[in-house]
Amino acid sequence: MNVETFDVAVIGGGLHGLSSALHLARAGRRVVVLERRWTGRHASGATAAGVRTLNRDVAEIPISLEAMEMWHRIGSIVGDDCGFHAHGQIRVAESDGNMAALRQREARVRALGYSHEEIINAVELRRLVPALSPHCVGALVARRDGAADPHRTLLAFRRACETAGVVLAEACGVDRVDRGSDHWLLACGERRVRAPVVVNAAGAWAARIALLFGDPIPLEVRASMMIVTERLAPLVDPVVSVVGRALSFKQSDQGTLVIGGGLQGTADLERESSVVDFTELAKGARAARDLFPAVRGVRIARCWTGIEAQTRDHLPVIGASSGSPGLVHAFGFSGHGFQLVPVVGAIVADLVTNGTTARAIEAFTPKRLTAQRVAA
Amino acid sequence: MTPTDTDLLIVGAGPAGMAAAVMARHCGLSVHVVDDQSEPGGQVWRAIETVAATQRAARLGAAYQVGADRAATFRSCGAIFEPQCQLWQIEPGFKAFTTRAGRAGKIGAKAIILATGAQERPAPFPGWTLPGVMTVGAAQILLKTADSVPEKPVWIAGCGPLTLLYATQLLAAGGRIAGLLDTTPRARLATALRHLPRALGRLGDLAKGLGWALALKRAGLPTVRHVCELQAEGRQRLERVCYRCDNGRSGEVAADVLLVHEGVVPNIHVPLTLGCNVSWHVDQQCFVPVLDVWGETSKQNVFVAGDGAGIGGAEVAEIRGRLAALRVASRLGMLSEDDAVAAARPEFVALARALALRPFLDALFAPRLQVFAPADETLACRCEEVTAGELRARAAEGRPGVNQLKAFTRAGMGPCQGRQCAYTMAHIIAAIQHRPVAEVGLFRMRPPLKPVTLGELASLDEQEPAR
Repeated sequence: MNVETFDVAVIGGGLHGLSSALHLARAGRRVVVLERRWTGRHASGATAAGVRTLNRDVAEIPISLEAMEMWHRIGSIVGDDCGFHAHGQIRVAESDGNMAALRQREARVRALGYSHEEIINAVELRRLVPALSPHCVGALVARRDGAADPHRTLLAFRRACETAGVVLAEACGVDRVDRGSDHWLLACGERRVRAPVVVNAAGAWAARIALLFGDPIPLEVRASMMIVTERLAPLVDPVVSVVGRALSFKQSDQGTLVIGGGLQGTADLERESSVVDFTELAKGARAARDLFPAVRGVRIARCWTGIEAQTRDHLPVIGASSGSPGLVHAFGFSGHGFQLVPVVGAIVADLVTNGTTARAIEAFTPKRLTAQRVAA
Repeated sequence: MTPTDTDLLIVGAGPAGMAAAVMARHCGLSVHVVDDQSEPGGQVWRAIETVAATQRAARLGAAYQVGADRAATFRSCGAIFEPQCQLWQIEPGFKAFTTRAGRAGKIGAKAIILATGAQERPAPFPGWTLPGVMTVGAAQILLKTADSVPEKPVWIAGCGPLTLLYATQLLAAGGRIAGLLDTTPRARLATALRHLPRALGRLGDLAKGLGWALALKRAGLPTVRHVCELQAEGRQRLERVCYRCDNGRSGEVAADVLLVHEGVVPNIHVPLTLGCNVSWHVDQQCFVPVLDVWGETSKQNVFVAGDGAGIGGAEVAEIRGRLAALRVASRLGMLSEDDAVAAARPEFVALARALALRPFLDALFAPRLQVFAPADETLACRCEEVTAGELRARAAEGRPGVNQLKAFTRAGMGPCQGRQCAYTMAHIIAAIQHRPVAEVGLFRMRPPLKPVTLGELASLDEQEPAR
């Protein structure tokens, strides 16, 4: 049987897989992306595409800030601006109690030496989001944040990969893994791929892939639901979330409202499908209506869910496998991986080409999930 | 909120839905029927209760008037009927979500019969979205519900029994027809005649169709045959229609209103979102749900009856409705299996007889190829304004499937949920990638099935007990 040989095989044709492949190819590596369905089939094609540094876990802030710099010049990286607009992200407080929590958060982040999050009062909030209900008392804002167009982003990364010489193998799922002397041999249906290094960017299915390499990692699954409405006249520029409710609210370039916030549908990993739970999703519609009274009569065009991986601490897994040499993990973004896409590719390229990276990724080590949890 | 619970939920109160409800009630089931319209009747008997007592009823023909009795029987059968009620989602189990008068509601059901009928086959051509261009079906709705007759003479372009029926109804209502652009391809009659022996079993229907055709002939309407390409032109609205025939002859006519129709296809959005299997119907050039003889889909206790099961007309729809109801009754223990089979026997005989004309009609009115291959400048997706040319260009790059093509181009992402573009997209991919359209399939339909508002969905949360 004909065996195709590469320097690196990336498993998973989502955005993190494509970004990793792109950076690796630009570092001179011969790269293949092995994708079971097609690029962006799951989480990357179902994302709300928020580009957010705001309110991240402090462990993610360093790489998130670097990613944000990359988003502001994304056109020079992938040849298209990916529909990215830096209209800011705003986390709204509906009560004085919630406002106090936001002030605490801002103080904590500032104490760590970061200045990307800023407290604003009701007047400035109204100026930034005139459509917001007057009961909101203030907010935390990251002004350089924003949102992109997920499909344009996918297409841009895909085309950049092809231009850089990455081989995209779609409808090509990895069924079996064998260890050679100094390489992995991957069986994908009739295809055989050989590579010394494999990147596991298989999203919700990453734990199954890791297991094929003899590297058991506990991983959960999410199925975040999204609402998209009919097109409206301009209503809101920034992406708006709210303390204490599951809501993320923005308006796309097309004029549609894109409403998410992490309300969960039901995922089925085996059947590779997920379904909307409308009783649950009604909470999101209610939050949207409470925050933006003008949208009550707006018609919903589509709702959907996307399947993705979630770790128990909601931090991603980025790093070399401890048990399986020549395997690098990049998954488990737990519902907030889109913004990190450009930098994660760079980190993976570091890890593959240098064996190490200068970027702060200690908190993302796969080991933390496999180690026995110490009883508190 | 405790959902309203019922044995059987029927979606649609047309011929199939009403017949199913009456039969299910007869068997002792609790039945809940929802329908978009304000009255029972479906498309074929639309507004029948209001119209029955007026002179309009006679003009709309005997087949229409039959609906009055059916609606009366349905009204008195004991089923709960919710008119003006939009069903927008069914979750497994079954939990059906509806909106009515601005409020969302839930209905729990042990079995479901989908009697959602047909829709007109989308037939995009350059200018089809211009004001002044509409479908024959839409014009017929206006005629039935509002006695609305276009002020100026209309041009009718298309193929299929509905064009003939509407044209006669319009003339009877005092409307004027500027002319017919018959898009039935040449030699279709010869193909269809092969099915004539079977069709002769339905002499009455054949005579009816011939009657329509003769009435139009007597009216002396200008008729252009074998039209294969259409183009609607105008600045703000329709001003003229250009056409080309299969022999290369072309023409241009001034037009105020153009009504188009290229047959009907089953409404399969609900079965698709429920994950029911569908298959390609070669004769009718559309997808149909895969059904057993009772009308049950690949999902247990989900049935499809009426034109949603494959185009058959009102008589077939009623029979299929009764068969589905019998099966549900035996499933839910209201009828022994033997009794259900015995009761079904005459229905199966009647079904075969009622379907006898269908192969003849399918062959005679098989759509022209151009319906599926609109010119590049045609808006294929009118919600997101994506042209056929854009779709072709993307379909060639990387050989995407329908779901990818949707993601790449936004075609199919608008409020119509693919009702207007899904077939066009499938045919464009099939043609570019040299694959059978049956294999390409339709893209995944997303809920909600009807555009429910944010406020309506929010109302569902207000009804939940505090948690």
